[in-house]
Amino acid sequence: MRFTFDEDQLLFQTTLRDFLSNECTPEVIRKAWDEGRSHTPALWAQLAELGVPGLLVPEAHDGMGMSEIDSVLLFEEAGRAALPEPVIATAAVAAPLLVELGDEALAGEWLPRIGGGDAIVGVGHEVSPLVVDADVSHLLLLQRGDEVHAVAPDSAEIVAQPANDPSRRLFKVNFDAGDATRVAAGDAGRSLWAAALDRGALAAAAQLVGATDKLITLAAEYAEQRQQFGKPIGSFQAVKHMLANCKVKLEYARPVVHRAAHSVARSVSDRSLHVSMAKVAAADAAQFASRQALQVHGALGYTWEQDLHIWMRRAWSLEQAWGRNDFHRSRVEERVLEASARLGPGRTFRGE
Amino acid sequence: MDLVYTAEQEAFRKEARTWLEANVPSRPLKSFDTKEGFEEHREWEKQLQAGGFAMVPWPVEYGGRGANLLEWLVFEEEYFRAKAPARVNQNGIFLLGPTIMEYGTPEQKARFLPKMASSEEVWAQGWSEPNAGSDMANIQATAIRDGDHFVINGQKTWASRGAYAHWLFGMFRTDPDSERHRGLSFILCPLDAPGITVRPIEKLNHKAAFAEVFFDDARVSVDHLLGEEGKGWNVSMSTAGFERGLMLRSPARFQDTAAKLVALYKENEGSCDPGLKRRVVDCWMRAEAYTLDTYRTVSRLLEGGKIGAEASLNKIFWSELDVEMHEVALEILGWRAELLPQASEAQGVGEWLDGYIFALAGPIYAGTNEIQRNIIAERILGLPRK
Repeated sequence: MRFTFDEDQLLFQTTLRDFLSNECTPEVIRKAWDEGRSHTPALWAQLAELGVPGLLVPEAHDGMGMSEIDSVLLFEEAGRAALPEPVIATAAVAAPLLVELGDEALAGEWLPRIGGGDAIVGVGHEVSPLVVDADVSHLLLLQRGDEVHAVAPDSAEIVAQPANDPSRRLFKVNFDAGDATRVAAGDAGRSLWAAALDRGALAAAAQLVGATDKLITLAAEYAEQRQQFGKPIGSFQAVKHMLANCKVKLEYARPVVHRAAHSVARSVSDRSLHVSMAKVAAADAAQFASRQALQVHGALGYTWEQDLHIWMRRAWSLEQAWGRNDFHRSRVEERVLEASARLGPGRTFRGE
Repeated sequence: MDLVYTAEQEAFRKEARTWLEANVPSRPLKSFDTKEGFEEHREWEKQLQAGGFAMVPWPVEYGGRGANLLEWLVFEEEYFRAKAPARVNQNGIFLLGPTIMEYGTPEQKARFLPKMASSEEVWAQGWSEPNAGSDMANIQATAIRDGDHFVINGQKTWASRGAYAHWLFGMFRTDPDSERHRGLSFILCPLDAPGITVRPIEKLNHKAAFAEVFFDDARVSVDHLLGEEGKGWNVSMSTAGFERGLMLRSPARFQDTAAKLVALYKENEGSCDPGLKRRVVDCWMRAEAYTLDTYRTVSRLLEGGKIGAEASLNKIFWSELDVEMHEVALEILGWRAELLPQASEAQGVGEWLDGYIFALAGPIYAGTNEIQRNIIAERILGLPRK
């Protein structure tokens, strides 16, 4: 029993944090927005050099061969930087899905390209059916009931669905599902999509943790610098308590997300429950922090020009991603209230 | 990261479970807020000590088991699972004990810890004064050195367990010219010393659980000074760290309440507001989150980390969770919610009202939650003091 990260894992986190704070600045994000995109090929190539898209790609396919325990801290950093790249679909979901499909040809074709930064893979799961960055994807993995379909983007109709967060560009994908596109079905397809959902929701939860941390930092910095009545507004107890409440929510979401990463990496039987708990806790913390951070910033925070909303929009849109909180709460409720549920002390890490 | 118990930890859990199943009294003890209940609880502590389970994480030489904090968490889980009695000496064993281990002299450790471990000596806290509550640095009780004794004058209040305890620990002003948190010393006082008068105060539940303690030229040996003279504030911060989180409020008690709340909801699902489902499950998730955070903290401590201001995060989280769980339970109970345990129509559910009244103290003691929020804002988030 050891609930801490290794030095290597923490070092990778710091490395990515430093990289993103230099390369994924608000200016870079806004430039992409202004040009009607969120993906920046040069940034993606640099991320590939660090190993980010191929984190979960096996070493046999030229990837990093890591697990969700390694990657969870990196997704936190993506959230802290409001990284507008399709890391969840491509790195967290598509790579392991391609491994688990067991189709050697498909895996051999796409996994090395993912790791090398040469392929973006969009994923459409029915729980959040619009596909992020479908227009820049090289391959689409799409759900039709139990079936997994691998679809070439140029054979599908991709219709932009303008939405609230310019960093999350959504598309409706219409395609002809058939023998040519079907790569899994039945029980196999069902379990592949269940695993994909857990991985997507976990990565979104980790990004929400990072975004929440950043929202609190931005608000605390602003409260220290902004003067009213002759002193920093951060010296007022009302403001202090708002931000302290955000910090409490954040620090009690974080270990839930880390445990979910462990459960997914180790295929613990309750992993879906753990992921849903993580998504709920992280999204709740992020929603709360975005409201409080806006309030601390006052009218300035309500402008397009101030950078705060880059993270507020991440908090809102990541809550939508990979199952909203009502979906995940229902999953937890079903599990906790079922007759066979074994609750109480001593059962957190062991089902008994 | 490896969230799986080792074979040794599982074996220890089994040993603890077996012992507790064989030894936990079949009927609940009387409240330790009554004299009779207090003595019943001391008897239980003696039995626990004889079984080798009183102080799981303490060194063997001080009456402990010499296990680490992870095993202690496992023990706590089994303790609550077995519905074992509340720990009457919690001020001593969970708060003062670790502080003595950190700051005590070898003589003090040998003198105080074993008797604390067996609850031969039960401890009360003496932090607050009539004019030093949230503003603890405003302590006015003095302890003036006279040869090998301190002569103590002043008043402490809200001394938990003060009504029946044998000893009291607290902070006193040893430098009468000092101000605020300078010049304070951490002193251990025998409550039977001449010049000390204890006046019990009844709590919201009508039981005499805490007390006012008056010092009128009470003489206490300088051997009972813990840490350096004038450095009591630092020593007390260590105790407060234990009180706000890890030791006093291990997660098992909240998981136990959360599981009972889920069971209560299931029994009453047909008759209560369906909107309560979400709050019930939310409580359960928060109790799990508290558990996960505690395992994370313990893992960090075992790797050489320290508890700092983040104990204030714990304190807010568990105290608000405890109130919420009981509020939800009372809503589920409907018209029975106001009944005391002895009411025949209460049918065993009166415990929730008892628990609710106890939970209401949580956001107040160990430093009010408002003070904890100030600490988080200033010491963790770096906001300006003024």
